[in-house]
Amino acid sequence: MSDNNHKTPQTKPRFSATFDEYTNSEIRRAAATGIYDIRGAGSKRKLPHFDDLLFLGASVSRYPLEGYREKCGTDVVLGTRFAKKPIHLKTPVTIAGMSFGSLSGPAKESLGRGATAAGTSTTTGDGGMTQEERGHSKTLVYQYLPSRYGMNPDDLRKADAIELVIGQGAKPGGGGMLLGQKITKRVAKMRCLPEGIDQRSSCRHPDWTGPDDLEIKIAELREITDWEKPIYVKVGATRPYFDVALAVKAGADVIVLDGMQGGTAATQEVFIEHVGIPILAAIRPAVKALQDLGVYRNGKESVQLIVSGGIRNGADVAKAIALGADAVAIGTAALVALGDNDPHLEDEYQKLGTTAGAYDDWHEGKDPAGITTQDPELMKRVDPIKAGHRLANYIAVMTMEAQVVARACGKSHLHNLEPEDLVALTIEASAMAQVPLAGTNWIPGVSKF
Amino acid sequence: METLKFDLDTKPLREINQFLHGDADTLNGKKVVIENPNGAHSLAVGLKADVDVTIKGHSGYYAAGMNQLAKVTIEGSAGSGVGENMMSGVVHVKGFASNAAGATANGGLLIIDGDAGLRCGIALKGADIVIGGSVGSFSAFMAQAGNMVILGDAGEGLGDSIYEAKLFVRGKVKSLGADCEEKTMNAEDKQILADLLKKSGHANVSPDSFKQYGSARTLYHFHVDNAGAY
Repeated sequence: MSDNNHKTPQTKPRFSATFDEYTNSEIRRAAATGIYDIRGAGSKRKLPHFDDLLFLGASVSRYPLEGYREKCGTDVVLGTRFAKKPIHLKTPVTIAGMSFGSLSGPAKESLGRGATAAGTSTTTGDGGMTQEERGHSKTLVYQYLPSRYGMNPDDLRKADAIELVIGQGAKPGGGGMLLGQKITKRVAKMRCLPEGIDQRSSCRHPDWTGPDDLEIKIAELREITDWEKPIYVKVGATRPYFDVALAVKAGADVIVLDGMQGGTAATQEVFIEHVGIPILAAIRPAVKALQDLGVYRNGKESVQLIVSGGIRNGADVAKAIALGADAVAIGTAALVALGDNDPHLEDEYQKLGTTAGAYDDWHEGKDPAGITTQDPELMKRVDPIKAGHRLANYIAVMTMEAQVVARACGKSHLHNLEPEDLVALTIEASAMAQVPLAGTNWIPGVSKF
Repeated sequence: METLKFDLDTKPLREINQFLHGDADTLNGKKVVIENPNGAHSLAVGLKADVDVTIKGHSGYYAAGMNQLAKVTIEGSAGSGVGENMMSGVVHVKGFASNAAGATANGGLLIIDGDAGLRCGIALKGADIVIGGSVGSFSAFMAQAGNMVILGDAGEGLGDSIYEAKLFVRGKVKSLGADCEEKTMNAEDKQILADLLKKSGHANVSPDSFKQYGSARTLYHFHVDNAGAY
């Protein structure tokens, strides 16, 4: 019986967890346009990550080092296996490959300046080497990509190392794309393409197909550069044990392993969020492959491991190294340090239909920060000296933070960090990083609870 | 002209390539002969001087890769990626060439007297390639610039997703790839073809016996109506 004096209680409107606001907006966008969503950056969903790990620090059973008094080394040497001239860096934080084309000339110059001031390396990208970048980078890694856009043997010889790119974490198995808005006269000339077209980069190398061919290709690059330069092989994190083993067998000096949080200039949203695995799950299998092949921290025979994909601070650096990496690479974080997605540009982000911190339409070339653009007016907003200084500061902070953690664990060098220094906060992270769940000796898949 | 001989039976490849990477002023105008190549990979790669290299036999992968200025003659057949990413100079294969011949080549002239395998001229970036025989499938895939002359037949998917490269075929084309179409040969193109035929030892072949292919330019911008072609 109804009571006229009281309204019938109503349940509150309930939004679906499956069909959430973002999902529905994407359905409407796809229905209206008939084309998939393209964006830049890496995976944005919450993934098991370094935040799910903690350092145990020293106590009765471990002896800490005195902060600011006792040395904690941070240097790293890359490419000791075959190269006559290995790379020596002061910090294990390197700058990941990002192309001129996707980034403006001043942004590339800023990366070079910042990396050089911090004592680390920076890396070219699809589209070749620019004078801005070479001129301002003490240590420059030259990417050798499937598209071979701008690939020039003179530049290969000018590089300090060569990174043979097989894939990247944001889109393992996919090629690149640079939409027409960013194919300006200069970019088109460097890539030998008509101006203003939507450029596709191939997903496979044109002149080799499998791991046996890769070995011959690496040998060719060594012959061309007289065995001087370290040769890195970059893979997106998918099947890290086998990919790393095959790259080592093919003759790599250094492996670059990029998780799905690693950014891209542009690709399909579905690719970024649904292909590849988080970096947390990839490091231990990669290290296992190096150990099984006898090239893990084995003197001159060593193959070094650089990991990337969501590195943000010194804790992430220390955790990646404790899990077995020799160095890390930052891309998205470096762009933020230069000024990407800065709140002071909020009004302009709003005009683009987004907000500071969420702007990822890097392919459209309208970046108010002047970083992911080829617009001559917008790119003037990047002051390479100031932006480079900010990047150098940021890398210095990350390095010092990693030292703080390492000293607390009693380590006199970042490379002395080890998995035994870590525990996991979640069962997932415990299984992926192969460190015990905090307060237990349990590692799912390794030991019994 | 001084001729230097290297015998791969007795000298390591590294030593030969290191010599060929020497000072350009010293190497310019020299003739170098490599004997007993026996299919070795990476022969005469990364050259950057006006030197004349003859390989007396078959070469393996990537012979004359990234060549600049030099003339490299292979008096046999060549493995995959011969003349890959060459920038200038001339690479001449007197026999057959395997897959990906002239891949991503930016400049210079690659001459193949016999047939070439799959993906010949893939992602061509401005070089000229003349093939005396036929080419395998997927040749000139995503070819961006330059010219490719095929005196024989072409396999499946010729010129798939081609950009601005020009393809001239004398024989049959099994099929054209996405966005590749037959073009009308204008006087300028005919002259390009005639010049390449002359430079590659086919001066007696009439340009009129060729058909020309190039980009229909319908895939230059992403569009939902082209979804079937992506």
